[in-house]
Amino acid sequence: MKQPIYLDNNATTPLDPRVLEAMLPYFTEKFGNAASRNHAFGWVAEEGVDYAREQVAKLIGCTEKEIIFTSGATEADNLAIKGVFEMYKEKGNHIITAVTEHKAVLDTCKHLEKNGARVTYLGVKEDGLIDLAELEAAMTLETILVSIMYGNNEIGVIQPVKEISAIAHKHGALFMTDATQAVGKIPVDVNTDGIDLMAFSAHKMYGPKGVGALYVRRKNPRVKVTSQMDGGGHERGMRSGTLNVPGIVGLGKACELCRLEMESESVRLSGLRDRLESTLSKMEESYVNGNVEHRLPHVANISFKYVEGEGLMMAMSDLAVSSGSACTSASLEPSYVLKSLGLSDDLAHSSIRYGLGRFTTEEDIDHAIAITEKAVNHLRELSPLWEMFKEGIDLSKIEWAEH
Amino acid sequence: MAYSEKVIDHYNNPRNVGTLNKDSKFVGTGLVGAPECGDVMRLQIEVGEDNVITDAKFKTFGCGSAIASSSLATEWLKGKTIDEALSIDNMDIVEELALPPVKIHCSVLAEDAIKSAINDYRVKNGLEAIVLEKSHH
Repeated sequence: MKQPIYLDNNATTPLDPRVLEAMLPYFTEKFGNAASRNHAFGWVAEEGVDYAREQVAKLIGCTEKEIIFTSGATEADNLAIKGVFEMYKEKGNHIITAVTEHKAVLDTCKHLEKNGARVTYLGVKEDGLIDLAELEAAMTLETILVSIMYGNNEIGVIQPVKEISAIAHKHGALFMTDATQAVGKIPVDVNTDGIDLMAFSAHKMYGPKGVGALYVRRKNPRVKVTSQMDGGGHERGMRSGTLNVPGIVGLGKACELCRLEMESESVRLSGLRDRLESTLSKMEESYVNGNVEHRLPHVANISFKYVEGEGLMMAMSDLAVSSGSACTSASLEPSYVLKSLGLSDDLAHSSIRYGLGRFTTEEDIDHAIAITEKAVNHLRELSPLWEMFKEGIDLSKIEWAEH
Repeated sequence: MAYSEKVIDHYNNPRNVGTLNKDSKFVGTGLVGAPECGDVMRLQIEVGEDNVITDAKFKTFGCGSAIASSSLATEWLKGKTIDEALSIDNMDIVEELALPPVKIHCSVLAEDAIKSAINDYRVKNGLEAIVLEKSHH
């Protein structure tokens, strides 16, 4: 077994060797510029891109013309939100999003607020889902866009996108979703789900880094975004810049593999995840964060009370995971996503996110369980809070010196 | 961010983990930090004749650097007089453990824990608490 065990697949996934194989010729013999219209080198590259566009479209149930290739999901989020804001200015300036969104969405909205946008940040319920009645109540005549993520990167909860898009459309707004964690992992169909714009990325689904896509609906309604990158007018004028042909070919292949293997893979992953989670949540004072019914198959987020997440990760050096603790950040603020679920700061500091992936084995999971249990027990032995808890002292009654 | 070898050593083999009888008049207890901030240190000293610290124990909830800072502090405290212990500066800990700037607060917390334990001992024994400089954070 490889050590350390990689369980941080929400941060990035390894490249599938089959994807690499598809990409390789496009670095060397098929190096052409897909925009070169007058020679074979250009045509070959263009063919590669066209084929990838079909593979991507097939995964999410759209047509090839609705795919705009970008450098990743962050760029796609920026293009969608800024592009809609500029394109639909006449209609209104109101955008609705949620507090648990990725920074690529939140910071883009903050940027637009400086340029005259009015943004509503919906809170979430304890399980991480937004309240549909609250969304409905927030809709106004000026609302041009509702942007709610598909699956959350930290806790994996899946928002009710179908219901959200219906509410947005009823009030004449577009629906955009950052589906970076969902595409390739669970069935996502832009028509069934009523999605108008959707951002996603290759490196979260065993493709290469540096490439992603924005889906932009072309029919019912025809959606337009103002380009954020000016130049040669690539990607139907919405995103200029020479196409990253090997990357795009890799994204296409990654999408195809996800589509073909999703059904069995999601069952396998949720089985492994449930095994990890049910064992670890049997430990005293451990809590699973987020809704456990509506969520991605490969994510578990667990808080181990009375131990600190970063210290815990250090004790689990054979395990690559991530924590909601931010002991290293200047602000000492723990995860804003966990805090928005109403988790107390100390539980947020104690959280570990396990992100499983295509290359995670049963043996890895058993090992991860053993490593975690050992580390949590070790750190609890060192923890004054654990000792006080065991003595029956109510920690909330202590006057802590804030620092 | 990689941890220094000394941090890893203290983290893997923490010295003087444990609990002294906090009700004993020879024992001073300092409990500093807050769970919401992600670090809590409890440092205890036992003081013998001539104001010499005969034993020191700690328990810490926090990151590796916080655990290492308190472990190191207990090591340094043993055998020192109270006055000598008061002169331990957080920057000595930073230097010894090669803590990066983002982890300096861990050393500050350890210094606070030492002073708070000493004060607890002093007050228990009818002495005035020493006025501490306001924490640097």
